[in-house]
Amino acid sequence: MLYDIFIDPFVQMYDMPDFFLQVLWEGFVAGILYALIALGFVLIFKASGVFNFAQGIMVVFAGLTLVGLHENGVPAFLALILTIAVMGVLAYGVERVVMRPLVNQPEIILLMATIGLTYFLVGFGEFVFGGEPKQMITEELGLPTGSTAFEMGERGLIILQHIDIAAAVIAVIMVTALGIFFNKTRIGRALRAVADDHQAALSVGISLNQIWAIVWFAAGLVALATGIMWGARSDVSFALEIVAFKALPVLILGGFTSIPGAIVGGLIIGFGEKIGELYWGGLVGGGIESWLAYIIALIFLLFRPQGLFGERIIERI
Amino acid sequence: MNAFVADKAQTPAGPDAAAEPEVLLRVDNVSLAFGGVKAITDISFDIRKGEIRAIIGPNGAGKTSMLNVINGFYHPQEGTITWRGRERRKMKPYEAASQGIARTFQNVALFKGMTTLDNIMSGRSLKMRRNFFWQVLWHGPAEREEIEHRRKVEDIIDFLEIQAIRKTPVGRLPYGLQKRVELGRALAMEPELLLLDEPMAGMNLEEKEDMSRFIIDVNQEFGTTIALIEHDMGVVMDLSDRVVVLDYGKKIADGPPEEVQASQAVIDAYLGVSH
Repeated sequence: MLYDIFIDPFVQMYDMPDFFLQVLWEGFVAGILYALIALGFVLIFKASGVFNFAQGIMVVFAGLTLVGLHENGVPAFLALILTIAVMGVLAYGVERVVMRPLVNQPEIILLMATIGLTYFLVGFGEFVFGGEPKQMITEELGLPTGSTAFEMGERGLIILQHIDIAAAVIAVIMVTALGIFFNKTRIGRALRAVADDHQAALSVGISLNQIWAIVWFAAGLVALATGIMWGARSDVSFALEIVAFKALPVLILGGFTSIPGAIVGGLIIGFGEKIGELYWGGLVGGGIESWLAYIIALIFLLFRPQGLFGERIIERI
Repeated sequence: MNAFVADKAQTPAGPDAAAEPEVLLRVDNVSLAFGGVKAITDISFDIRKGEIRAIIGPNGAGKTSMLNVINGFYHPQEGTITWRGRERRKMKPYEAASQGIARTFQNVALFKGMTTLDNIMSGRSLKMRRNFFWQVLWHGPAEREEIEHRRKVEDIIDFLEIQAIRKTPVGRLPYGLQKRVELGRALAMEPELLLLDEPMAGMNLEEKEDMSRFIIDVNQEFGTTIALIEHDMGVVMDLSDRVVVLDYGKKIADGPPEEVQASQAVIDAYLGVSH
């Protein structure tokens, strides 16, 4: 038993490095996607202290809008632009209808509002696009679909899906752009100000409404990118929303307010999940991939409740 | 002393304004109610340019509500507010801020995760003109602008003698210093009217003396008009040019400190009287 836990998996990793590398790659890709979803949560949490329950459904909604438009004969790139516009309208609408009337309310109220928003988007999405899963228009958007096999001499073969490579590249670009935007610009400072204290932000002349609309729009863009990437790997369906909650352990690991934290947390969960499933999962009959992330997060909570990069909360008593 | 002071020195300071009092802000017959609770009832007073105006009264008298009305957090159901000679329409707080009204809060409202420097810099967000895309591109003009603002902020830091905590996240600072940073943030807006909500609450004697000195300096050197709420009567009598006294949302006295101090209504309000 102990041998199975502590020694055998590592022997396997050494014996079949191609398989191990393949697992690492899968973990990396899953991690990137988790990180993208978590990023959407972080953006809104940073700006409003709200855990945006609707981020998962925003991913689905963005994906559905894109595919739905294309199905109705809109060319792929025009559909992409229109979808971005739709996310903009959604951001403005959310700010105007949901956030603005709730300024200065306790966070739990805002959380409840985003839960309401979730159900609205589910209903609205099904009403407009129907409930069936749809195929992502990967090729039409010019994203690569093939795969490349790398031979490692005697030791086997690794297969990389091109779409996964594209996902990684796009994720890196997005994260860098957002990082610069929020850390180096006036809007970034205003955003952090708004997150810290609504009243104080208003009193120095920061418009909450403007900042919130910008942030929800940014989160909408991240949701769209995630929707495309994730949709390309499976289907675009409402089931994605559940997967999006994998972002929760990612956030606990990385800290709710940190963009790099979302990335690192996503990768840890991605790697941990795949490696755990394939090397240790067999010991308990498999299928640990779906809950291992939450266990990792729970253990983490005991030692570092603010997350790896989160802001340390000091209460003066 | 520095550029920050030079900019402000052109505006006339207290004594000049007293000769020909120019009214900066006037509140006429303002009433504010939350549902059935009347916070403010039919209050009128004015704030003259360059003076230090104190608003005092027992707890729950409506002092903070009054400040919230002035800077746009609350919109009174009745009455008018005239700002620089023009009647003001219903206004959002950030619009009030852009017209030169800055404030501090009763229980410090700082951006706790940010450093002292960033907090004070945030006070300059309205002064930054480079737009969104410049900001994203960052280089060139936007950067120059940032440096220029940074210089002003450093002047304020010098003025408030908080150089040592420049890079400290404000959540870690003791209360007295937090209040000082909050004042710094308000000053960074180069306001015409500065609203201070209990700037000395919870301070020890030494901190109070420091804060009083800063308030007087701001008023006299920069010519900033100040309206302050304070419970420490010693401070109020020393600092203020005129005092308005509220009790249960009504104005019960208005005038120079000595006059107000002698008023029977004020004494009754503070000491309690059998009705």
